[in-house]
Amino acid sequence: MPEQVLAAVLIPLFPLAAFVLAIAVSRRRSVLSAAASIAGIGAAFLLSLWVLRGQVLSPGPLQADIPWLAAGSIRISMGILVDPLSSLMLVIITAVSLLVQVYSLGYMKGDLGFGRFFSYLSLFSFSMLTLVLADNFILLYMGWELVGLCSYLLIGFWYQKPEAASAAKKAFVVNRVGDFGFLIGILVLSILSGTLSYGEATRFIAGGSLAPGQVTLIALLLFCGAIGKSGQFPLHVWLPDAMEGPTPVSALIHSATMVAAGVFMVARLYGIFMTSADALRVIASLGAFTAVFAALIALAQDDIKRILAYSTISQLGYMMLALGVGGYAAGMFHLTTHAAFKTLLFLGAGSVIHAVGTNDIWKMGGLGRRMPVTAITFFIAVLAIAGIFPVSGFWSKDEILQAARASGHLELYIVALVTVFLTGFYMARLFFVAFAGEPRAESHAHESPVVMTVPLVILGVLAAGLGLIGSPLLGQDIQRFLAPVEEHIGGLNIAVLVQSSALAVVGILAAVMVYGLRIVQPETLRRAAGPVYVVLKHKFFIDELYMALVRGLFFTTTAGIAWFDRHVVDGVVNFVGAASKWGGDVVRRGVTGKVQSYALVVVWGLAAALLVIFL
Amino acid sequence: MTFPLLTTMYGLPLLAVLVIFFVPERRALAIKIVSLTASAAALGLAVWLFFAYDRGVGGLQFVERVPWLGVLGVNYFVGANGVNVMLLLLTGVIITAGVLASWDVTYRPKEFFILLLTLTTGVFGVFMAYNLFLFFLFYEVSVLPMYLLIGIWGTGKKEYAAMKLTLYLMAGSALILAGLLGLYFASGKGSFDFDILSTAAYDPLFQRVFFPILFVGFGTLAALWPFHTWSPDGHSSAPTAVSMLHAGVLMKLGAYGCLLVPITLLPGGARFWLPSVAFLSVINIVYGSLSAVAQRDLKYIVAYSSVSHMGIVMLGLASMNEIALNGAVLQMFSHGIMTGLFFGLVGMIYGRSHTRMVNEQGGLAARTPALAAFFVLTGLTSLGLPGLSGFPAELSVFLGAFRAYPVVTVICVTGIVFTAFYVLRVVQRLFFGRQFLAHPASAQSTTLGFGDANRIELTALSLLMLFILAVGLYPLPFTTLIGTAVAPIAAKLGGM
Repeated sequence: MPEQVLAAVLIPLFPLAAFVLAIAVSRRRSVLSAAASIAGIGAAFLLSLWVLRGQVLSPGPLQADIPWLAAGSIRISMGILVDPLSSLMLVIITAVSLLVQVYSLGYMKGDLGFGRFFSYLSLFSFSMLTLVLADNFILLYMGWELVGLCSYLLIGFWYQKPEAASAAKKAFVVNRVGDFGFLIGILVLSILSGTLSYGEATRFIAGGSLAPGQVTLIALLLFCGAIGKSGQFPLHVWLPDAMEGPTPVSALIHSATMVAAGVFMVARLYGIFMTSADALRVIASLGAFTAVFAALIALAQDDIKRILAYSTISQLGYMMLALGVGGYAAGMFHLTTHAAFKTLLFLGAGSVIHAVGTNDIWKMGGLGRRMPVTAITFFIAVLAIAGIFPVSGFWSKDEILQAARASGHLELYIVALVTVFLTGFYMARLFFVAFAGEPRAESHAHESPVVMTVPLVILGVLAAGLGLIGSPLLGQDIQRFLAPVEEHIGGLNIAVLVQSSALAVVGILAAVMVYGLRIVQPETLRRAAGPVYVVLKHKFFIDELYMALVRGLFFTTTAGIAWFDRHVVDGVVNFVGAASKWGGDVVRRGVTGKVQSYALVVVWGLAAALLVIFL
Repeated sequence: MTFPLLTTMYGLPLLAVLVIFFVPERRALAIKIVSLTASAAALGLAVWLFFAYDRGVGGLQFVERVPWLGVLGVNYFVGANGVNVMLLLLTGVIITAGVLASWDVTYRPKEFFILLLTLTTGVFGVFMAYNLFLFFLFYEVSVLPMYLLIGIWGTGKKEYAAMKLTLYLMAGSALILAGLLGLYFASGKGSFDFDILSTAAYDPLFQRVFFPILFVGFGTLAALWPFHTWSPDGHSSAPTAVSMLHAGVLMKLGAYGCLLVPITLLPGGARFWLPSVAFLSVINIVYGSLSAVAQRDLKYIVAYSSVSHMGIVMLGLASMNEIALNGAVLQMFSHGIMTGLFFGLVGMIYGRSHTRMVNEQGGLAARTPALAAFFVLTGLTSLGLPGLSGFPAELSVFLGAFRAYPVVTVICVTGIVFTAFYVLRVVQRLFFGRQFLAHPASAQSTTLGFGDANRIELTALSLLMLFILAVGLYPLPFTTLIGTAVAPIAAKLGGM
């Protein structure tokens, strides 16, 4: 079916063309930038739907490539791979991008960088679509770096704000640390398996051609990239700071799509990861740890976007956990539902920020009545992320819990359940503090314009209903589509269902008691928690620790090397220079040009010679 | 007789020198136009050569061979293989952009352009000479004008820097001369012609002794650690166009010399010594990038960045396989253009704010969005972002080097993290955040009273960026071209 491939090739090219046009006119005709950008992503969305339909009707990998670099025995091509996984990702990315771009028409209205903003969004769409379509490691890495660039540009979009400029740099550099491992992984893989294509590498490794230790090494090195991009502990520190970017960016890049690239990468290379049980165990453990770790931090944050950022980290940990315990389809299912409800949460947060002009939830309050559309859709998203029946997050989270339980790692299952409780608590806290009660600060909050509320409503419908496609009640179509041969797609497990629902409800009710009904005052709770609250509020002091390391270790080293270079290496050079000059000075004294002094030397020499001869 | 394309290429700047001799000093614009015309025409020829070179045939093409001092084996012999084509193209691009970047030179423009074009003549000549005597002649022509260019038109401790650089490179030249004479006499062929010398069978001991002599001689010019300290001082004192040419082209001349002479002619010595070179290249890459982190002067940052990036070239050369050699040559090209951009941009920024210190200015992006955009793109090239030329070059080097020296390569790859760090930190400090300028010479002010790049500056920057993008977006024509030249070398070295 070549036309499907052709369509897939065009999908990233539309946003690319839109980017070129949009950046060219961004300063003079910013409206045209926005129009081009939305047209590009709209076309890509329609094509993506069509490609997905083709894959649903007859699943099966389709490939195409053109040579891009040839050096010695290395051949690198720009190759794409269309299969159920990539076609699903295409639709998720283009759909979220489209909604976010429409929303941005309202959110970014009047901003001086309006055109630039849309051109960056188009560049991002291009890069992200390339990343998911790639059929080889190099193109994957290229897309991977380019989405990182877009993230950098968009976090630092308001570049005159020092915090934004600093957060942008931090995001890029922290990601680079992960990418260092990722690149080494690609190098090791290319040597050991002699190929850079997914298909060949997976067949080679799954075929048992490498020692188990080698596979584990490759898998873990590749996973380093995912740790950075998907904000897993210990490289999660960049993601909360990334909230300095405009809120539509946080919705699109830092929750729904780019940060999920790490999860996608593990899913894409699942054939390799599956071959190493050790690597999977590491992924599952790190995912579970990150899930609970970030959820704990989210409990004590006051900035609406930062709470959501930690919840993203936590949910990404969930997806990693799923993949680590063999729940390939469950992880991707959660990625899908998360894309809908987390985008909704961020866009809702953006709508709120747009209205009240602050990120601090304690300065909001009482927004429910003034912004009904935002409040209702936001509430649906809260239910979804908390995992309340029958909203989307319920189904996908349930699949993950089942997979964790079926894996036999009871500790992972328990950690995941604890996270369910925490998620219910912090999300309900956020909702009730911001939307319920009386307005705490003077504001003229009002509902956002239609271009912003329509995307909210569409996402609200998706966040509510999307889970049903993967629900056991309706045949789990998403899972079967993604993993037709995978055996353990769980059915309905009543025990898991009851446990997780109960914990989610308890979490929400606990938050309602404190923040909604005020049976216990928030201040009392905070004081009761004492040092625990301080630690959570300061995010376990990880940022402080890293800053101390950078300042104490890294800058000392660089200053030491610079000193060494100036004073030791160059010191030798200058010494050689000075020594030759000094030597020259000494020898020069003999060459005075005065005949008398030469004659004197001759006479004395003669005298000395005669003396030697005669004595 | 066919059209002598190569001779014309270096003949054009030489002709311009002669023309400028007869233009009075006060007609500065005429001098600049003559210089620009000659440079652009040479660039045109280099582009034409790039497309006209027959990749299917490979080897030396456009050969011109005329007997000269036959008794001594000295002949006029120029030609171009895939590597030469790339480096000639690089030279053409850099000199054209360099002339544009020197448009505001007002102090003794006549002498300035005469020296600049003389230097260019020498560089073009080195990249096409296949008689080692001729090669050395051009080499000296390209190194010597540097002394006057830095000493007269430079800034800061220019006399010290000029003297240091010249003495350093003269010491390198002395080694090269000794090495070349050694090759000549030991071959027993009585010729300096490269193709004749390459058939000579040098005995293993000779190879082991003469390889380091030649490699260090050329390596000095390529800033091989620990012979690199001329570079930060030299670059920071040199005027903009000279920094561009020097870091952009002359450093490549050293790396090219390493590839052409010791590696190709003394493969036995290469196999013995190159692992040590790989070790030095780690120092170049990591030590260079860490030193760059600690610098505050933009030119020092770029100079140490060059030390670091030339380390990647050296790592590629040291790996002895075709993948890495291909990457090394592509990196020469990529780094040449990139560093040309960097020095050009630093000059333009300095021309506006009159300070090169990173901590004395900030928020320039609001005033100079075009300069900021070019600087960011150049920085991204240097940190190896896909889509820009640094990525395919560094990727090929790493893919090849990992086969030869896995541990060394892993250490070198840490450079990508450090590079990202110092590049983005400079971008952040210089262009983002609050606008300010705190130079002792100017009054404290919160707004910056200068504008964005003018047409001439934009032309220079765009010309360079065009090649960054061309290589970055579609490297295949470049790697195929380079492959025709480095495959035989790799075969001779027997690298895997």
